[in-house]
Amino acid sequence: MSDHITLHVARYRPEKASETTFDAFELPCPKEWVVLDGLNHIKDRMDGTLSYRWSCRMGICGSCGMLVNGEPKLACATFLSDYAPGPVRVEPLRNFPVIRDLVVEMGDFMSKLTRIKPWIVRQVEKPLSDGEYRQTPGELDEYKQFSMCINCMLCYSACPIYGLDPHFIGPAAIALAQRYNLDSRDEGAAERMQILSEHDGIWGCTFVGECTKVCPKHVDPAGAIQRYKLQSAVEWVKAFVLPRAAQ
Amino acid sequence: MTPAFDVVLVGGGGAGLRAAIALAEASQRLRIAVVSKVYPMRSHTVSAEGGAAGVISPDDSLDEHCYDTISGGDWLGDQDAIEAFVREAPQELLRLEHWGCPWSREADGRVAVRPFGGMRKMRTWFAADKTGFHMLHTLFQTSLKYTTVVRYDEWFVTKFLVDDGRVQGVIALELATGRIEAITARAVIVCTGGCGKVFPFTTNAAIKTGDGMALAYRAGAPLKDMEFVQYHPTGLPFTGILITEAARSEGGYLINKDGYRYLQDYALGTPQPKPVLRTMELGPRDRLSQAFMKELDKGRTTDTPYGPVVFLDLRHLGEQLINRRLPFVRELCMKYQNIDPVKELIPVRPVVHYMMGGVHTDINGATPLPGLYAAGEVACVSINGANRLGSNSLPELLVFGARAGRAAADYVAGAKDPGTTVVAQLQDEQRRLEADLLQQRGRERIADIRQEMQLTVEESAGIYRTGASLIRSAAKLRELQERARDFRIEDDSRTFNTERIAALELSFMLDVAEAIVTSALRREESRGAHQRTDFPLRDDQRYLAHSLVQRQPDGSCRVDYLPVTITRWPPAERVYGEAPSDERSHYVARGAIPSGEGV
Ligand SMILES: Cc1cc2nc3c(=O)[nH]c(=O)nc-3n(C[C@H](O)[C@H](O)[C@H](O)COP(=O)(O)OP(=O)(O)OC[C@H]3O[C@@H](n4cnc5c(N)ncnc54)[C@H](O)[C@@H]3O)c2cc1C
Ligand code: SF4
Ligand code: FES
Repeated sequence: MSDHITLHVARYRPEKASETTFDAFELPCPKEWVVLDGLNHIKDRMDGTLSYRWSCRMGICGSCGMLVNGEPKLACATFLSDYAPGPVRVEPLRNFPVIRDLVVEMGDFMSKLTRIKPWIVRQVEKPLSDGEYRQTPGELDEYKQFSMCINCMLCYSACPIYGLDPHFIGPAAIALAQRYNLDSRDEGAAERMQILSEHDGIWGCTFVGECTKVCPKHVDPAGAIQRYKLQSAVEWVKAFVLPRAAQ
Repeated sequence: MTPAFDVVLVGGGGAGLRAAIALAEASQRLRIAVVSKVYPMRSHTVSAEGGAAGVISPDDSLDEHCYDTISGGDWLGDQDAIEAFVREAPQELLRLEHWGCPWSREADGRVAVRPFGGMRKMRTWFAADKTGFHMLHTLFQTSLKYTTVVRYDEWFVTKFLVDDGRVQGVIALELATGRIEAITARAVIVCTGGCGKVFPFTTNAAIKTGDGMALAYRAGAPLKDMEFVQYHPTGLPFTGILITEAARSEGGYLINKDGYRYLQDYALGTPQPKPVLRTMELGPRDRLSQAFMKELDKGRTTDTPYGPVVFLDLRHLGEQLINRRLPFVRELCMKYQNIDPVKELIPVRPVVHYMMGGVHTDINGATPLPGLYAAGEVACVSINGANRLGSNSLPELLVFGARAGRAAADYVAGAKDPGTTVVAQLQDEQRRLEADLLQQRGRERIADIRQEMQLTVEESAGIYRTGASLIRSAAKLRELQERARDFRIEDDSRTFNTERIAALELSFMLDVAEAIVTSALRREESRGAHQRTDFPLRDDQRYLAHSLVQRQPDGSCRVDYLPVTITRWPPAERVYGEAPSDERSHYVARGAIPSGEGV
């Protein structure tokens, strides 16, 4: 295995140029280095002007999503040596406006997140003095997977629908809506269903499952979408075939 | 002038978000801003793994949690604060349950608790081994329902606005655009977390650069107990990724290169097959990290390219338990170390983890500077004393975040509006951040100064310290402060300029490093995480006191002392491995794997 590797890193500096260009950097490639270590090496030792986001370096803060050789990845959880002998292309996530270099604008997701009401909705809140809501391990398992989302945006970057139609609420937001819908403590499913069905993007989803494939946390947003569709089909049937039962 | 907000929160981690919700609930009329240099759900609270302590079991009591915290902190914690903390922690954790936190459960649906280091009863609530992640996302998502909370995501605070002896807001820089604004307010609550990045090898994320400590210090607030830096005994070499203490509370062993459970040689009890609370692997972190250094001296550690290591052995726990209760540990080992803990030993070494010290506050989060509050790891109330117990920090964020929020809500009701000097302060700061920093073409690389700072701090203020090395280090830090005036910043762009941010963070860290080293030099005793080889004993006569560092006009630090508040637990010896004999039957725990089917 060679001990060096070349990174082709996308550069976009709106004040200087309107086009994206690529800079090549030759880096050491010890086996424990992840793509993020390479970028930090560039920033500290070679070119201080490179911009990207990162923080935890342990795959949990969700900051460091980017394309590595065209695939959406967490830069801190992707070994450089897996791409030896290189070169490796590093670009900002697809389907988002780019602010600078590898940094994308994600305000759109943040507003969608608020829209799906990602909090416990209840008719009557239990007072603290009555203790916890009981929830068995089985009930926890119902929604647990959907609660693991780190908002890393890899699924949006992989989603063909979102690429065509940015109004589509998108995989992670739907998974998070389901995370609350399926929580035994929550009573807000009906409100959230309404929000999800405002836009028909969800029906365009063809279950290619690209979102689930790229998700680093096994959230399975495609599964969440699938469940949503089944649920709303049932509601639809109820509404037409059994108008009374639906009310 | 009318301020833009009633309260500005600096920081959107666990403490900041809890404070924001407390304010929003205090009154719908309060205008609240949360300013955070990263999107709130990226804050470092997200990486906490193990759990959050709060008494709920029938066989547990508030007094026992108090005692564990006090003795764990080597009697430096303020006992009035600890009593309030212990009393309110269960309520706060329960509130989070009502907000949707996916706590792990017993078979009957009650919240499950696990044992944790230094705690004599099982009282640590957990959400598998991603407790901080779930707490932070629950808090953040819940905060979204309060429309009076305005967020400044990816805005970096560079300065506190101080006039007339009061804090009246902050100056902040928007990363995306480079815009610089004064965000005025009647009060500011600083919740910026810790400063692990002052050290070379740390579990802390890149953003933990002590900004709030330096901001408060520069504004005139004292920093307390800065010499107390916690090493966690089990970090992965190279990355510093933390292997949570939960791995030991579930029954993991620490062994040296000979396969020997070496903790038995350091007054931590005798090895048992099952974990026993407050003994061996479940001793407190300072003792475990110190034991590692002794093993190193004896040549019983194993060398790796990333320094000497010992091993954490989980193999006997079996795949099923590891998957169920420690899935993230397995994931981290496999993904970042290429090791499967089901079959292999995990190499570990002590790693800088947590800052006991911080901005001096009272029991309500108020600093001596009017209008300035602090909560979370950035603050020092102090409940952690000379050594924090694992799983006390997450509940601390909640208890004192909520307290600071409520106290600030009361304060702003009677506070004056900001004065007019704000405009001038903004102009000065704009000049510094733009004319100076963007045009700076000096000789020194940020990364070089950062590295030199980290090495000197580790060398002098690591697990063991001596007067001579601390004096050397203090001089070195003065030199680095000078050299840092001559930065080279290559990036002159206003758009998402992370190099300018790195320069600002480094200058914050240099101030924090000086405070740590100076306080460590002045404390001529050994207590908790502060171990002086030239003063190996605890000295209650002189140092049963908090150190307070105050910045002087010339930039140097002055250290004073403040007595510790003792209520019901007079200073005594810290005993681990076995409880004092009269209490023995009461305190020695049963086999510690909880029976519940929690995840
Ligand atoms: C790996 C790891 C595991 C841990 N596990 C546990 C555990 O199991 N149990 C436990 O009790 N404790 C644990 N801890 C400790 C605990 O997680 C932290 O002490 C705690 O999360 C700190 O929270 P905080 O709200 O004070 O700060 P943080 O969560 O660090 O948040 C700081 C906030 O301040 C903002 N900020 C900082 N500087 C600026 C600036 N200049 N301008 C604007 N915004 C700024 C950041 O953007 C962020 O939003 C762990 C710590 C680590 C490192
Ligand atoms: S669903 Fe998965 S890929 Fe999408 S944002 Fe969440 S963690 Fe990332
Ligand atoms: S740096 Fe946090 S997920 Fe990669």
